[in-house]
Amino acid sequence: MADNETPTPTPTPTPRPKQRPIVRLGIFLISHSFLFSVVCCTAGVVALLLLPILAKSTYISENALMPGSAKPMLSGQEVSEANRFVKDLIALNSNTPGAAIESQRLIAEYMSNLGAEVNYHKFHPQMVQFHPLHFFSSPDSRIIEQNISCSSYGVNTVGIIRAPRGDGKEAIVLVTPYNPGKIKQGEALSLGIAYSVFSLLTRVTWLAKDIIWLASDSQHGEYAAVAAWLRDYHMPVFTTLHTKSAEMCPVSNYLYELKDNPITERKIYDGFKRAGTMAAALVIKVVDRSERFDDSLSINAEASNGQMPNLDLINIVNYLAVHRQGFRVKVEKLWSLLDSKWLNVLGELFESVGQVVRSLNPQWKFGIPAADYVEGIATLASSLYNQALGVPTGPHGAFRDYQIDAITLEISPRASVDSMTRRNDFLLQGGRLIEGVVRSVNNLLEKFHQSFFLYLLTSPSKFVSVGVYMIAFALLVAPLPMVAASFYANAISLNSIQTKDKSTPATGSDETDITLRSWKWINAAKKVFVVHLWGSVVSLLPYFICRVPDLSPTISFITWFLLSVLSFLIMYLVLASSFSHAKASKFHVGEWAILKSVTISAAFIGLCLMSVVNFSTAEIGGLIVVPMCLMVYPMRLDIRVRTLRTLLRLACNLVLAFIGFPPVTFVLLKGAFEGFDNINIGDFWCWVQSLWAWSSATYLFIGMVHLPCWALCIHILFHHC
Amino acid sequence: MFHGQVHKFQIKELELSFTQGRWNYETWGGFDPIPSNNAKPPGVELWAVFDVPQDQVDASWKNLTHSLSGLFCASINFLESSASYSAPQWGFRSASGSLRYGTLPREAVCTENLTPWLKLLPCRDKDGIAALMDRPSIYKGFYHSQRLHLTSTGFVSDGVDSGVILEQTLTLVLQPPEKRAIITSQETKSQPSWSLTSIFGREVNGRCVLAKSSNVYLQLDQGLVAELDNLQKENEMLVADFIGYEGLRSSHGFQLSVKPDRILEEVNGSHRNKPSLLYVFSVEKYSDSEPFDLGLTWKLPVVWSCQQAPLHASRFLMGSGNERGAIAIFFKSTRLSEELLHSDLTEERCNLQVKIFQVVPWYIKVYYHTLQVFVDEQPQEVLDVVEKIHVSPSEDKVAPGLMEMILKLPCGTKSAVVTLEFDKGFLHIDEYPPDANQGFDIPSAVISYPDFQASIQFLEDKSLETLPILAKLQEKSSVLSYTEVLLVPLTTPDFSMPYNVITITCTVFALYFGSLLNVLRRRVAEEERFLKSKDAKKGSPVPQFLSKLSAKLTGRPLETPLPPSTSSSFINSKLILKVVLVAGIAVVWKFYLE
Repeated sequence: MADNETPTPTPTPTPRPKQRPIVRLGIFLISHSFLFSVVCCTAGVVALLLLPILAKSTYISENALMPGSAKPMLSGQEVSEANRFVKDLIALNSNTPGAAIESQRLIAEYMSNLGAEVNYHKFHPQMVQFHPLHFFSSPDSRIIEQNISCSSYGVNTVGIIRAPRGDGKEAIVLVTPYNPGKIKQGEALSLGIAYSVFSLLTRVTWLAKDIIWLASDSQHGEYAAVAAWLRDYHMPVFTTLHTKSAEMCPVSNYLYELKDNPITERKIYDGFKRAGTMAAALVIKVVDRSERFDDSLSINAEASNGQMPNLDLINIVNYLAVHRQGFRVKVEKLWSLLDSKWLNVLGELFESVGQVVRSLNPQWKFGIPAADYVEGIATLASSLYNQALGVPTGPHGAFRDYQIDAITLEISPRASVDSMTRRNDFLLQGGRLIEGVVRSVNNLLEKFHQSFFLYLLTSPSKFVSVGVYMIAFALLVAPLPMVAASFYANAISLNSIQTKDKSTPATGSDETDITLRSWKWINAAKKVFVVHLWGSVVSLLPYFICRVPDLSPTISFITWFLLSVLSFLIMYLVLASSFSHAKASKFHVGEWAILKSVTISAAFIGLCLMSVVNFSTAEIGGLIVVPMCLMVYPMRLDIRVRTLRTLLRLACNLVLAFIGFPPVTFVLLKGAFEGFDNINIGDFWCWVQSLWAWSSATYLFIGMVHLPCWALCIHILFHHC
Repeated sequence: MFHGQVHKFQIKELELSFTQGRWNYETWGGFDPIPSNNAKPPGVELWAVFDVPQDQVDASWKNLTHSLSGLFCASINFLESSASYSAPQWGFRSASGSLRYGTLPREAVCTENLTPWLKLLPCRDKDGIAALMDRPSIYKGFYHSQRLHLTSTGFVSDGVDSGVILEQTLTLVLQPPEKRAIITSQETKSQPSWSLTSIFGREVNGRCVLAKSSNVYLQLDQGLVAELDNLQKENEMLVADFIGYEGLRSSHGFQLSVKPDRILEEVNGSHRNKPSLLYVFSVEKYSDSEPFDLGLTWKLPVVWSCQQAPLHASRFLMGSGNERGAIAIFFKSTRLSEELLHSDLTEERCNLQVKIFQVVPWYIKVYYHTLQVFVDEQPQEVLDVVEKIHVSPSEDKVAPGLMEMILKLPCGTKSAVVTLEFDKGFLHIDEYPPDANQGFDIPSAVISYPDFQASIQFLEDKSLETLPILAKLQEKSSVLSYTEVLLVPLTTPDFSMPYNVITITCTVFALYFGSLLNVLRRRVAEEERFLKSKDAKKGSPVPQFLSKLSAKLTGRPLETPLPPSTSSSFINSKLILKVVLVAGIAVVWKFYLE
């Protein structure tokens, strides 16, 4: 305990000078690290579970937004025009080969009839590829593909309204993804909503920012089209290399030949039209599936690497949808969590605690109804999961790469919208919502900066800010340095006792011995470093594997696994053998303890770094890594003692080590949420592929923090001491 | 009013413009004298040429900005600081040395700027044509720009001056009130008819008595005249006996409510197909009983396009993030240059000169060596394309960056791009303007084409010299256009940050001084002595009692003297006791005393 850590062997018990309180506190914490770590980890998990209760209601922070203060101007006239547009679009929808071009032309014609500047934007969707050096790089890293085929072409239609009296410095973007080849009803409706708003905005006098309507071609994915347009908007390439190939395809040129209307001809430009710095972007989608009760609106906000748009943008959408247009607003949630028994029990527990607290003092607002709690947890879990994944949840993710706040609004109508009046109602409702949001953003003098950027949503109108959710994470990782220090101190003292017993006569070598002992950790650090190096090698391997053509996911995964093992063996033979055996005999006793302490320190550093990059990854990773690292204990020592406690610990360790292996974690999580019916090992490969395609930091975390930590824990578990 | 100013600051020439909205060069034309002279960048633009020694120019400019600021109720005084104005050599106008140029792109223009401007008119807005100045209809339009141009015809040293010419121009682009019709995709919309009363809601009741002449001009663009001609030819075949208004060919497609006093026809240029027409209406003969209300009613839908500048220039930002970016000026050929191409095919080699004048504030650190020019999507050697360039780099907080450049592009150029990279600088906390999060403006660049003269020559007539506007139209000046204002988002601090910084600094200082004092005050030997004496006394009675108690509770024998080992647990029990006590007090206070 506390007296164990005194390294100075003083023969006479002279009263030591009293240490500073802060040092004493540190020593106290280190000496009670077990209790401390148990308390902290539990508190961390409990704090995470408490987050829905601690969530605050959202409020509109920027005064300039003033949502809903103006009467919506969208009237039946625009809506009936939009309805005609929708009908024309759907009527086009025959499966003739020219349908795609026809629909693009139709949209362009409608846009230009409104007096907008229209241009087509041709693009190549970029291939999904693993670029090991492109993590965190700016989005300008464009790759020029060699074999561009004309079939893989996308054409976005862009219409721009110039604000009549604005200075054209800023713009608001409306995005409607649609598939020009085969326009579904939902897509046609979303185009209709955008059209109705667009036609209103050509006439209004209050417009201060330009409006861009991007009808993005989602043949090659919704994200790719928007990303390609944004790339050409912000980083155009002026040399002929890239654009020449686009002009050669007959399809794109065909578009311009179809201009028969003189007015249309005047307004369709073949260049790339721009309009100032973008202030905000709204992606409008109408989902075909219909809701039972209400028209509902779901908001997707997560962009790449867990970045979120400013909370104010979500707030105004939520406010206008709920208080003005009567939508039922939803945020994505993990549905499987809603029925889970233990969450319901937990919710009821918190509810009763809340009641008790309220009976003590009615001013204390603690606790929410159990049903709300479960919903909050489900939303929070989905929010955490989506942020941790680092994969954008919609085309809005492309905007965040350029520091533009954007969200996707998915509107699902109550019943089928086949009837004319019903469709008119729906278009009016959706259009007024978009109009209100555009008007609010238009009011904005500065860019979004007032409200939060770091938050988790627990419901559309409740959020947890960074100041609150960091507490859970801090509590979770707080034991790591303490435990590391305590293990290190224990190992050193054990050694010192042992060496004293063994080598009493050699007083001359005592000095060097002490210095050697104080550098003992370097050995373990080397080992940890090598394992982390191996981790980075493993995360580079897929780059080579995906070069091999025609591999099924399962085979790729197995190749990856085998190559990883092979590289581990090679590394072990080349590097580890040279130093691990050299001095192991000398300080054998506490070796595993020092190794563990260095492992824990590395895990601590990794988790803290990750929490800066992507908090949610760090939180979820911490939930797995922290217990694994804290619990691990050599198996042989446990077996040697054979008490109930050690056997329990052994069992725990084995389970944690099993769960901690990344593929197993993935399979278990997937199984827990989606059922174990159709789980394939190849799924993990696909999942990882999606991670690196979106250059998600989670991939790096798994490869360079989680996997090495797991390997080191296994190493400690099977340590030969 | 201006006479004194001109004298005081020895102004040779001055131009001040207040503008709201953007001139749409593509649809409103870019070649005529009107866009070249009167289209101005959004906000305030001021330039002045002084007739003083070089070293006094800056002082005169500063005084001038302050006096104009007072006169026009605008924040022109912000142009006083040397970081906001520049001294172009030859890129803007050829008046080296004594010319100063400054813009305020963010200035909001409203009636308080218009009123002083109207006060300069002889009858203000009470009489004459100025009576049309109905504020709501002016400010409802797409674009309005009020311009004030001063020329003094020279100073003589003894103070006998020959006079000051003050020119006031108000340029408006208005939208005629139209009934919104449901547009079908097939039929073309007829352009709306208008009249002065429907646009302004007011009428002109004769001229201002102080005015020498008072005229209203209506110009038909070349493209429109050509288009009307075509229409007439088509229709003549169908309806042979149609007699238009006055039997004049161009009045076929429309009808004027007032008979023009005279019609002027442009002297045809060499390669242009149709001359533009100018209708002149004299207001003098109208009175209250018979107000002048010019109206134009379209009879046929006509679609025409205005004459464009040789190249259409647009400027935009490239890059993202708060670190660096690039400015690109994109030139795209218009119909005019295509015509030129055809006409000049016989010549061996023709070049199109483009003059660029660009001022960039100092916090946008432009690297002029990164200048890249692409012509027709091919990168070009800068020396091949740039004929003349003058750069004065920005100086932090002192002077903006200035670039004047003449590009020499081959005639058949389809598109050309000029790019410049920049780094975004940091400002000091008190240099941020209000609403700093909006971003920072880069003022419009001025693009001019020295090869092209924006002027309309009319058939020579002695009587024309009495009409000042016609003289102005005939004046030769090169075609000029302004590019867009750009908005650069810079890193802005969290403005509540100073508070945080203060608190953190105070904490650090407190810790530092506390420990320093502690170290200075403490004497090592004294502390040991104190500890010994404490040992001798064996502590105060309460901890001793507690230790006994705890010993009894734990069932261990009381270990008295060994302080180092027990002290921690001692302190702990004491500490725990204290914590429990405080918590208890807090609970009691919370529940029973509130």
